[in-house]
Amino acid sequence: MGAAFTREKIRVCLKNREKGLWVMKNIAIGILGAATLGLMASAASAGTLDTVKAKGFIQCGVSTGLAGFSAPDDKGDWQGIDADFCRAVAAAVFGDGTKVKFTPLSAKERFTALQSGEVDILSRNTTWTINRDTALGLNFVGVTYYDGQGFMINAKKLPGVNSALQLSGAAVCVQSGTTTELNLADYFKANKMEYNPVVFEKLEEVNAAYDAGRCDVYTTDQSGLYGIRLTLGSPADHVVLPEIISKEPLGPAVRQGDDQWYHIVKWTYFALLQAEELGITKANVDEMKNSPSPEIKRVLGQEADTKIGTDLGVSNDWVVNIVKAVGNYGELFDRNVGSGSPLKIARGINALWTKGGLQYAPPIR
Amino acid sequence: MASQEILREEPSRGSFVNDPKVRSLFFQTLVVVLLFGAVWWIVQNVIDNLQRLHIASGFQFLRGRAGFDISDTPIAYTSDSTYGRAIIVGLLNTIIVAVAGIITATIIGFVIGIGRLSQNWLIRKICTVYVEIFRNIPPLLVIFFWYSGVLAVLPAPRESFHLPFGSYLNQRGFYFPRAVWGDGSWLILVALVVGIAMAWFVRRAARQRQMATGQQFPVLWTSIALIVGLPLLAYVLSGFPLSFDFPKQSTFNLTGGFQVKPEFLSLYLALSCYTAAFIAEIVRAGIRGVNKGQTEAASALGLRSGPTLRLVVVPQAMRIVIPPLTSQYLNLTKNSSLAIAIGYPDLTATAGTVLNQTGQAVEGVLIMMVAYLLLSLVTSAVMNVVNARMALVER
Repeated sequence: MGAAFTREKIRVCLKNREKGLWVMKNIAIGILGAATLGLMASAASAGTLDTVKAKGFIQCGVSTGLAGFSAPDDKGDWQGIDADFCRAVAAAVFGDGTKVKFTPLSAKERFTALQSGEVDILSRNTTWTINRDTALGLNFVGVTYYDGQGFMINAKKLPGVNSALQLSGAAVCVQSGTTTELNLADYFKANKMEYNPVVFEKLEEVNAAYDAGRCDVYTTDQSGLYGIRLTLGSPADHVVLPEIISKEPLGPAVRQGDDQWYHIVKWTYFALLQAEELGITKANVDEMKNSPSPEIKRVLGQEADTKIGTDLGVSNDWVVNIVKAVGNYGELFDRNVGSGSPLKIARGINALWTKGGLQYAPPIR
Repeated sequence: MASQEILREEPSRGSFVNDPKVRSLFFQTLVVVLLFGAVWWIVQNVIDNLQRLHIASGFQFLRGRAGFDISDTPIAYTSDSTYGRAIIVGLLNTIIVAVAGIITATIIGFVIGIGRLSQNWLIRKICTVYVEIFRNIPPLLVIFFWYSGVLAVLPAPRESFHLPFGSYLNQRGFYFPRAVWGDGSWLILVALVVGIAMAWFVRRAARQRQMATGQQFPVLWTSIALIVGLPLLAYVLSGFPLSFDFPKQSTFNLTGGFQVKPEFLSLYLALSCYTAAFIAEIVRAGIRGVNKGQTEAASALGLRSGPTLRLVVVPQAMRIVIPPLTSQYLNLTKNSSLAIAIGYPDLTATAGTVLNQTGQAVEGVLIMMVAYLLLSLVTSAVMNVVNARMALVER
């Protein structure tokens, strides 16, 4: 799957997205969101798990194409950490990681789409903030990727610039409706620098504008910069500046008011971490079922009369299904953004807590 | 007489159910009740669902700190300003591009429309081709054409085209020197106002004189002399207070001077070109709608072709032109929301960003709808006043 991300293919994916329709779609989604809220039956609706089981698949909100996180490959299959996370949830619920349908959403559309019930999970490189957890009525389940905002410039056109503090007066390309846009304003204000914001709604539009030279600087999450760099005309000309100006904990989110669904999605994330910690991989998961270790047996649902899975609302071999579908967290990371991908991002703070990183799962027992 | 009496009495004699007055009253009341019921039901559902989904509601968020920057700010705005002010900035940007677009589209439209009726084969055909091309392409494509096809392929800031008067053109936009008003420059402004006022009085006096004596007065040249000459005189008298801030090359961009960004330029040019095609057809229809006898009567009275067009044909054509013109102005204003595709911070873009940063989808969409509605109503009202003044006065 990692091999599918050749540079050419990513570029094709990003450029192929239709331009004309999305303006309409964006406006339509706003109105639709309002209208859905208006027309939804006022009685409490059935839980998300029941709805999902009834329709037979999970509707997963992803980005419109960000390499390594969620982007369609040349066959039109969505690849990346965020896409695979939805497959993991599908595996936990249905025992089948393919029962997912993806909805590409712009940064602006994403919250309305989740609030109105158009998607069941928002797994779209979205930063966890207090405002989104409270005022927007969302629940973030965890941090699938610890990121930070950075800057990228064309070193060939701007020789001698090697720090973000030299960027005063620059035109900066940024995607609208993101935390990135807010951090950018804060950073330049705090450092008493001037800049011209060049703001687009779609990632593709920002990429095209930066590639065409409409702006000097591209700012977004650093992982995103590495992914976007691969899609540019001549990637070697562009450098990512060393400064990281913000904390961007990216993770999946669900609607508030449905604790069961929230727990399923949250513990799918923890199961991925736990599997890596215990050395359970896609290749050895069937052998591991017979492991003498009581902890591995318990996690894989092999303990006699276990109720861990059924209490959660899924089958007892849910972790087996998850790992069989997408592998453990480490495999998922390597394949999509790490050493097995063109992005080659180091694990860094995304390593397990046992290896000096921040990824830590509460015990499954 | 007797039969008439009976006819008049008939309704009251029939059943209450068959009384047309009672019936119409009943059905009108029913429709009103149903309409209000439906609206109330939707509003109530929105409120219920927002509460159930734990989504904050209300318009208090407008007072919060916006936190994001906007590229084009006609009024003072920083990231410390409120969300409400961000939306106003967006609204002003929409108004600016709409007004600029309407003026340019009208000028191009009139030229092309009259050109289509020209005796000259080449001019006539060029105008036809223009109309057919722009009328049949979606406005979004015209915007992309200007943005990606024309302005994006201009050179980078370091290799800018150097134009006369210290102005530059590059892919970051069009830069020209900005006037810096020094001490005493208020005199120039006063002179300009006085010049315009005097030109108006001259025009009125000239018209009265022509009515009374039939003698004409060169109003146009006098007016130009007054409007240009008086401020120029004031400029010299107050000791040349005006200086210019020229754009200069810096690390990244040209700094100083006044910058017109490519986002504005492409939206403005696209809307102007697109709407002009429709206006041209309206103008052609208007001129064709004036009876040929009017032109013949004018020439029988000894008017030459210039005054005939100006005094006889165009005033009558305007009566036909103005109502459909209003629709085109409204279309242009609404089409300006396509700005979002190229990142011009109009109302849709900024209100959309606010909507996303605060998550207040219902309120955000409501604000946008009301703002566009108000803009359209104001445009219509202005055009109705113009129409009323142009309309045939019947006695």
